[in-house]
Amino acid sequence: MTFDDSAGAAGPPRAARRGRLFAGPVRRSRLQRRLFAGVRLLLALVVVGGIYTAFAPGSQAEDTPKLSEAAQLGKRLYDQSCATCHGPNAQGVKDRAPSLIGVGSADVEFQVETGRMPAARPQQAQVERKQPLFTVEQAQQMGAYIQELGGGPQLPAGTNLREGGDIAKGGQLFRVNCASCHAFSTNGGALSSGKYAPSLKPATDREIYAAMLSGPQNMPVFGDNQITPQEKRDIIAYIQYQKGDQDPGGFGLGRYGPVPEALVIFLVGMVSIMFVTLWIAGKS
Amino acid sequence: MKQSKLDLAGLPAKAAGEIDDRLQVSSPLRRLLNKVFPDHWSFLLGEIALYSFIVLLLTGTFLTLWFDPSSNEVTYHGPYTPLQGIPMSRAYESALQLSFEVRGGLIMRQMHHWAALLFMAAIVVHMLRVFFTGAFRKPRELNWIIGVLLFWLGFVEGFAGYSLPDDALSGTGLRIASAIMLSIPVIGSWVTTSLFGGEFPGHEILGRLYIAHVLLVPAILLGLIAAHMGLLVKQKHTQWPGPGRSNDNVVGIRMFPGFAAKAGGFFMIVFGVIALLGGLFQINPIWLFGPYEAAVVSAASQPDWYVMFLDGSTRLMPPWEARFPLWPGHHYTLPPLFWPTVVLPGVLTMLPLFYPFIEARKFKSKASHHLLQRPRDVPTRTALGAMALAFYIVLLISGGNDVIADKFDISLNAMTWAGRVGLLVLPPLAYWITYRACLGLQQHDREVLAHGVETGIIKRLPNGAFVEVHQPLAPVDEHGHPAALPYAGWVVPKKMNRVGALVPTIKGFFFPIEEPAKPAYPSEAPVSPAPTREGITSGKQ
Repeated sequence: MTFDDSAGAAGPPRAARRGRLFAGPVRRSRLQRRLFAGVRLLLALVVVGGIYTAFAPGSQAEDTPKLSEAAQLGKRLYDQSCATCHGPNAQGVKDRAPSLIGVGSADVEFQVETGRMPAARPQQAQVERKQPLFTVEQAQQMGAYIQELGGGPQLPAGTNLREGGDIAKGGQLFRVNCASCHAFSTNGGALSSGKYAPSLKPATDREIYAAMLSGPQNMPVFGDNQITPQEKRDIIAYIQYQKGDQDPGGFGLGRYGPVPEALVIFLVGMVSIMFVTLWIAGKS
Repeated sequence: MKQSKLDLAGLPAKAAGEIDDRLQVSSPLRRLLNKVFPDHWSFLLGEIALYSFIVLLLTGTFLTLWFDPSSNEVTYHGPYTPLQGIPMSRAYESALQLSFEVRGGLIMRQMHHWAALLFMAAIVVHMLRVFFTGAFRKPRELNWIIGVLLFWLGFVEGFAGYSLPDDALSGTGLRIASAIMLSIPVIGSWVTTSLFGGEFPGHEILGRLYIAHVLLVPAILLGLIAAHMGLLVKQKHTQWPGPGRSNDNVVGIRMFPGFAAKAGGFFMIVFGVIALLGGLFQINPIWLFGPYEAAVVSAASQPDWYVMFLDGSTRLMPPWEARFPLWPGHHYTLPPLFWPTVVLPGVLTMLPLFYPFIEARKFKSKASHHLLQRPRDVPTRTALGAMALAFYIVLLISGGNDVIADKFDISLNAMTWAGRVGLLVLPPLAYWITYRACLGLQQHDREVLAHGVETGIIKRLPNGAFVEVHQPLAPVDEHGHPAALPYAGWVVPKKMNRVGALVPTIKGFFFPIEEPAKPAYPSEAPVSPAPTREGITSGKQ
């Protein structure tokens, strides 16, 4: 600028300047000169900026599709309640919590809807079911976020996943695949070192389905190639039927098998008969 | 010819006379009906087992009418939807039909099962009574031995019945039984294959178990029960020491009518309790277990309570495998299962069988004993019994340790280790505590006999000391010292109301048998009204 100005001030005559197209500065008014200089600068900036944007990788890289609306809401919840342990990008934190990449929305929905996550005491042998902190909708939003982050198994739509299930077939599958831990009664049972298979009494259709898909805690994964989606519906139909089924033989003693029966025969049977002996015979 | 008038009143006597003319039963029957039974509540425990056995025979006969012990495979098409179209054995199908289609079948099945549990429970409680009171001593050792055999026969009978319906639980039990038999050195595999007719499960076992369950074992049980009671009649019942009771007599009520009425009533009550259990408490819901398949092993698979202690011993046994080298490159393996399930029951059979003789030798006693001993008076025996009981209870609890661990949020490993430590620590502890408690109780008895009953009256001596006044049980001499009273082996009165110094305790279970006599206490004696006094006034009216 200053150079232009000084050159203009001490430049050659007007005619000579006209003879060469770009030989010398065309004499313009002060205002014009300033205007052109501004435009040139602007152009230069645009060119440089354009080249830069063309070659430099942008911070908003579009190699993954944009998060859906639900996933964005889920991410917000995730950043607030889960990121402390699972890491800001669900990559997991060493010695604290595992990576969530690839676990799928089924797992997230199971853990959050049953209240297991967020875990209050991650050091205990097994995270237990408790009052959920989030609504079903929020759990699904978090599930959507984790799903869009890394993929994984997903639940089918709807809340009634027992429809079209064959109870008898499901019972057969349940006894072979599930009863060894959850017991014939669906009441659950002990595993080693304080771990346990929980009771299925409070579980909804979606929770059972999600548990089979994702294998939470100590449970093995029963993927769709091991137990087909139809067989999963059969099993859910059996479990939910058994819950609603009455005990035809009277008080079912919690369906815990011979252990409570042993208690009853002594505490009810023997004790009541001993009172009778005290009543009808001499005491001392 | 005029027919003689029928004498209705004389008919029973005449009929009895006619029977006696032919069968000569009156004198043995009179002997039997006049048999005297001592009266004490603890003598009724064995009767519970007898009455449960009768209920078992009655309900069991009902069940045999429908149960079919066949291992042929059928497809279920009954009313229980969760098993519709499922292949199963005919035995399981008929057990399901018994439960859901036969009228009254389910309550009969449940009564049968509860009666079996009660039978075994009553046997064990009766056995404890006989042990702790020394009723097994000479001359009754043989009856004690029969009792021990009855327990083990009941055990086998119960296990056979548990295995019959061929549901997943009974199949799991049978699988364990076959594993136990396989663990016996050398003969194990032969025993198992001959019992199962080949490999487990085979097609033979249900039929064999069935005939053992409904004929063989019940027949032996019945024979042994008859021998048990025949010996009881022959040797007469033991009795507690007390006024008028000695080693040479039996004081009690006659069999007829007193004892027969009580026993008959008691049978009805036991029957009623079993019926209530069968109607109110669901037992062994076979439809939930499903048909037996080798791959199906449910969590919380337990045997019935009387087998549970062996399950517990198996759970507590460390996995110690013994290997004996035979020749280079070969060895014989003894599985750890052998110790808790073959050796332990063997010891637990032999020890009680010989206990009466071991004890007689230890106490150098050759006399016949017809008077019972209070447990406190034989601390060694009582403490040994407590020790055995502690051992048994640790095993029993360990048999259900997975259910306990799960329901009470305890680590299963912690339960197992607690059982292992408890099995070694608790029995000696129980011995020591019981021994000391017996000595303490003995001492207190002697103290009351020497000094009298505590009255609760505190007296202050002139020197300021406080003493409690005791009521002597015996007359006192001129110095005020009570005469020495020997211990008679029976309850020593330890409360003032037991010696008649206070209002007597009210007898009767639900309501007083008799109104207690009104005590003549000064406080209740008629008090003459106070003389009326002149009112004192100030003088100013």
